Amino acid sequence: MDSTTLSAILFVAFVAFTLVLVFRAGRSNKKSSDFYDGGGSFSGFQNGLAIAGDYMSAASFLGIAGTIALFGYDGFLYSIGFLVAWLVALLLVAEPLRNSGRFTMGDVLAFRMKQRPVRGAAATSTLVVSIFYLMAQMVGAGALVSLLLGITDATAKNWIIAGVGVLMIIYVTVGGMKGTTYVQIVKAFLLMTGAVLLTFMVLWQFGFNISDLLGAARDASGKEHFLEPGLKFGKEILDANGAVDATKTLMSKLDLISLGMALVLGTAGLPHILIRFYTVPTAKAARKSVNWAIGNIGAFYLMTIALGFGAAALVSRTTLFRGYKADATGCLVDAKGIPIVDGDVACTNLDNLANLSADAKKLLVPVDPSGNVAAPQLAQFLGGGEGTTGGAVMLAVIGAIAFATILAVVAGLTLASSSSFAHDLYANVIKRGKASPEQEVRVAKISAVVIGAISIVLAIGAQGLNVAFLVAIAFAIAASGNLPAVLYSLFWKRFNTRGAVWAIYGGLFSAIVLLVFSPNVSGLATSFIPYVEGGLRFDYFPLANPGIVSIPLGFIFGWLGTITSTESNAAKYAELEVRSMTGAAIGKAVQH
Amino acid sequence: MGSTEHDKVWAETQASPEFQALKKKFRGFAFPLTAAFLVWYFLYVALTAFAREWVSTPVIGNINIAFVLGVLQFVTTFLIMWLYERHSSHSLDGPSDALREKVDKELAQ
Repeated sequence: MDSTTLSAILFVAFVAFTLVLVFRAGRSNKKSSDFYDGGGSFSGFQNGLAIAGDYMSAASFLGIAGTIALFGYDGFLYSIGFLVAWLVALLLVAEPLRNSGRFTMGDVLAFRMKQRPVRGAAATSTLVVSIFYLMAQMVGAGALVSLLLGITDATAKNWIIAGVGVLMIIYVTVGGMKGTTYVQIVKAFLLMTGAVLLTFMVLWQFGFNISDLLGAARDASGKEHFLEPGLKFGKEILDANGAVDATKTLMSKLDLISLGMALVLGTAGLPHILIRFYTVPTAKAARKSVNWAIGNIGAFYLMTIALGFGAAALVSRTTLFRGYKADATGCLVDAKGIPIVDGDVACTNLDNLANLSADAKKLLVPVDPSGNVAAPQLAQFLGGGEGTTGGAVMLAVIGAIAFATILAVVAGLTLASSSSFAHDLYANVIKRGKASPEQEVRVAKISAVVIGAISIVLAIGAQGLNVAFLVAIAFAIAASGNLPAVLYSLFWKRFNTRGAVWAIYGGLFSAIVLLVFSPNVSGLATSFIPYVEGGLRFDYFPLANPGIVSIPLGFIFGWLGTITSTESNAAKYAELEVRSMTGAAIGKAVQH
Repeated sequence: MGSTEHDKVWAETQASPEFQALKKKFRGFAFPLTAAFLVWYFLYVALTAFAREWVSTPVIGNINIAFVLGVLQFVTTFLIMWLYERHSSHSLDGPSDALREKVDKELAQ
């Protein structure tokens, strides 16, 4: 049996197992509110695993390992930012949020404000953040499957994206929060097991000597500075004469700081993470769940060192292009052993790629330009290599785990956005708080289907976009719009409706406008609108990551909105403060 | 019991010395710790951006200062988690539970 078949079987087994869990969870859902919070009865340990499952997306597992494999140390910066971010959630957000909200981020933001404007803003930013994140995951799913199952046909790829979308709709509509939580727990367990197994096997190859592993990775990469920061972020940029361009280099370094800000401040503003704190009964359990999450996520991100550098050290770089590999003499040959002949150059090797004609370049489609399959390739190598049973088994197992990872994260995102749509927009903005709980949940299920369908369409259209870019947008918006509003709400007495609305929309639009005018969208050959000499460009903002400007702007807008409005509700703040610190009247609706 | 009486319970609890003490114990711990880990994290990021030569200095074998600092970020994250858990279970959970019982009793009247 080859790895493709085995991968498919393992994945189908995962889907079948989780579907059973989800349908059982769906049957045990009694109250309509169970859809949102799973009955609020998970333990800290269970929720901690579920948080880890919700958080460690394909971007973490495949993306970080791949970035380390390609760029060395810089990939590790992601691991650190994604972990340290949890301290914001632990120290400032998890417990008060659990104590003062019920179902959505909007519950806490609108606690002492005018309901309609604040919930409208909260739902808007929840939907925007979640849809960008969803697209990233589904684009990743398409790319992963085509690599693992060898599917290159565009129609088949679209069907796979659609299949992922349909599955997540089933998870969410049938199982609600409880079913989704079970899926996250199973996924977290599988992912941790897979990572521990790979890490152990990598370290074993190097006699558990990390220094040797790093050295081997550097040597295999052929890059002298592979173990130092700077190959991907904060690069020294040279001008036309080969001298360091001071301004551009400074911008490149500020871009790194900006990315660091979005990573560390984005997590505590991600709606699908925030609503996980509602699945436990008390603030203490919410705290314990963050502790378990930090333990799991920290261990996992430490293992990315072994996975990423292991891939760099061990995975052969000779299979670089789809359908071509290097033969014994270093010439690139196709599957039949016929070398690429380009004009009068009989041997195309990795050193003369730059001189290839445009026609020959078209032949060479990189198998993995983003490094997204470094981890599965590492698994294949550790199992015994290409063509061996062990290699096929390991590739299949890790591939199936990566796919399970994506599926679980998309389910969590769909749940967060449909909850916010139903509870914030429908029940409180459209129906002005007069919808019955049953109506609300029906709307939530319908919106899960609609959001799922929209994401399928968007993801099919967005396949050319870079997954890391989409995730960076989600983190930047979450840090710029949601985090200032959440922190002001919980800790600033004076904060009011205008402040909340300005903070959310101000942060959200700052981040999006800066992104539109950034090199992500235009001005570079790699931009969304690829730049050609004399072509269209509007990259007026020099950084790829908007956080360094948009996050302070979110806080400034929130402050400015607050002080320019005379509204202030001391009585409601007294209630919010006492509830958030003590958990009194927990889970009971606020009287308005 | 109507909304006005509820508001009175909230306001009186908020003004009570027990609540103010709890709030001070929470904020006096969580806020400085947040500032500290953010400063430490951004210091690390700034060093990787602006002090490349220094962080590239080898410490043991191929492990350089950048790796040591990175792993220290993990260590401090775990340490802060442990410190906060200890502080919460020693100093915050008890007073917070007592206040919750008191408030819930008053609200039920």
